Amino acid sequence: MNIRFETAGTLNADGSNAILIIHALTGDAHVCGKHSPEDKKPGWWDTMIGPGKGIDTNKYFVICSNVLGGCSGTTGPLSTDPDTGKPYNLTFPVITVADMVKAQKALIDHLGIKKLLAVVGGSMGGMQVLEWAVSYPDMMKCVIPIATTTRMSAQGIAFDWIGREAIQSDPQWHGGNYRENAANPARGLGVARMIAHITYLSDESMTRKFGRNLQNKESYSFDFAHDFAVESYLEYQGQKFVERFDANCYCYITRATDYFDLTAHANGNLVKALENVMADFLVVSFSSDWLFPPADSHELVRALLRNKKKVTYSNVISGYGHDAFLLEVDTLGSMIRDFLANQMQEVENV
Amino acid sequence: MFKAHRDLNMRLDLEVISSLVTPRARVLDLGCGDGSFLRHLRNDRGAEVLGLEIDPALVGRCIANNVPVVQWDFSTPLSFLEEKSFDLVILSQTLQETKEPDKLLQEIVRIGKLAAVSVINFAHFSCRFQLMFRGEMPRTPQIPYHWYDTPNIHLSTIDDFRKLCCELGFEIREEIPIPARFPRLSKLYPNFFAVGGVFLLKAK
Repeated sequence: MNIRFETAGTLNADGSNAILIIHALTGDAHVCGKHSPEDKKPGWWDTMIGPGKGIDTNKYFVICSNVLGGCSGTTGPLSTDPDTGKPYNLTFPVITVADMVKAQKALIDHLGIKKLLAVVGGSMGGMQVLEWAVSYPDMMKCVIPIATTTRMSAQGIAFDWIGREAIQSDPQWHGGNYRENAANPARGLGVARMIAHITYLSDESMTRKFGRNLQNKESYSFDFAHDFAVESYLEYQGQKFVERFDANCYCYITRATDYFDLTAHANGNLVKALENVMADFLVVSFSSDWLFPPADSHELVRALLRNKKKVTYSNVISGYGHDAFLLEVDTLGSMIRDFLANQMQEVENV
Repeated sequence: MFKAHRDLNMRLDLEVISSLVTPRARVLDLGCGDGSFLRHLRNDRGAEVLGLEIDPALVGRCIANNVPVVQWDFSTPLSFLEEKSFDLVILSQTLQETKEPDKLLQEIVRIGKLAAVSVINFAHFSCRFQLMFRGEMPRTPQIPYHWYDTPNIHLSTIDDFRKLCCELGFEIREEIPIPARFPRLSKLYPNFFAVGGVFLLKAK
């Protein structure tokens, strides 16, 4: 199996400053900085990670890998099946969040890191953070699950279903073998992205950003082309996404999130599922997030408190919806900076 | 913000509460402010601490103070906290800001094996004189607000509070008057001379 990963910063002599960052649904291993000065964009969490930033690479050794099933270097549906010499496509096994975490564990072992200082991630990354804490309780000092949930809600599953339906009903889908047929279900994948993108925003943020503004026109066209700014924006997001992501991977990864249910570790009992965790928790939610609403984090916090675990919980007041976890840099950054500094201090004091 | 517990030395009630904390006790502070009091209880009294705080900015400062804190509006039910899951639950000069103080008291006595409640005494002579001779809403170092900007919606006197505790069927383990200037008189006539009181409560 192949795992693509990137690191930033330097591992200290006793290997105690390593932080695993886990990306969300469509992220990749390129978490911060630029590969070359000509790069248009830095890594996906460059606002948070880097020298002097919330997660300071002068202090910490940061690791980020592309998830299992992804399309950015780690083994997934695009990889070649050694038995057939062809891409797996839909013959790739359906994977779970726990499988993604097992792959990351293999990477951490490979790097020779005995214990991580922290495992940090938002959204689907946060699901993996929770899975880490439950599956490998002694592998980390602390965890920071952000804007996430202990189990995918019916609403979340519903949006994923529509996304996959859009892909799989695209005439260019060819049962997942679109490459072999020189096709690409780009329209379907684009629609899937547009739907998902709406769930990352909020009514407030959409009103503020677009309102009923028209896109490059003075009045309604009274046809079905783009009139509103929000329509153009979604279309643009869909197109941009199709350029960088693969339809099969999208199906596999969303399916993994659908199956995510931390309580499965203990027959549906969240309190029991969290019984053995040893990490200190910093749980963060965002007030306007309706994909993984604060109530989901409350449930997690309550279950941790029932187990008398050390937990800190902050619900950041923000209008950005689910996307806030990438946008509320100042608030989130200072919280994470302070929390990690104290955790590092505790490690050094032992 | 007066609840920032910045001047621990200035808050005699906190000193009293601190003296009630035994080593390794699990302590919960409702409305823990920036967490510096809990930090003191952990570092100097050896307690295992948790704070609840509604204000996000103060939650951030708790994190900086390395105090575990849960951002929570405790006017919503605290039913997720189990019966007797803390050795001591602290409510320091917070009760007067809550919507349903009687219900909150019942909750903290349920959650804690003991509860330490620090109340402000609205019947302190300074309050009485301001009302009687100046005909104005009293303002004191404990309640420095104007009538129009005060967060205090349920102020009481020491006698009021004691009466409520009896009505709710609590056992009052200790009652320690907090004096401003006249320690002996405060002990004799707390409802007139004490600026506040610390009550150590227990469910019967």
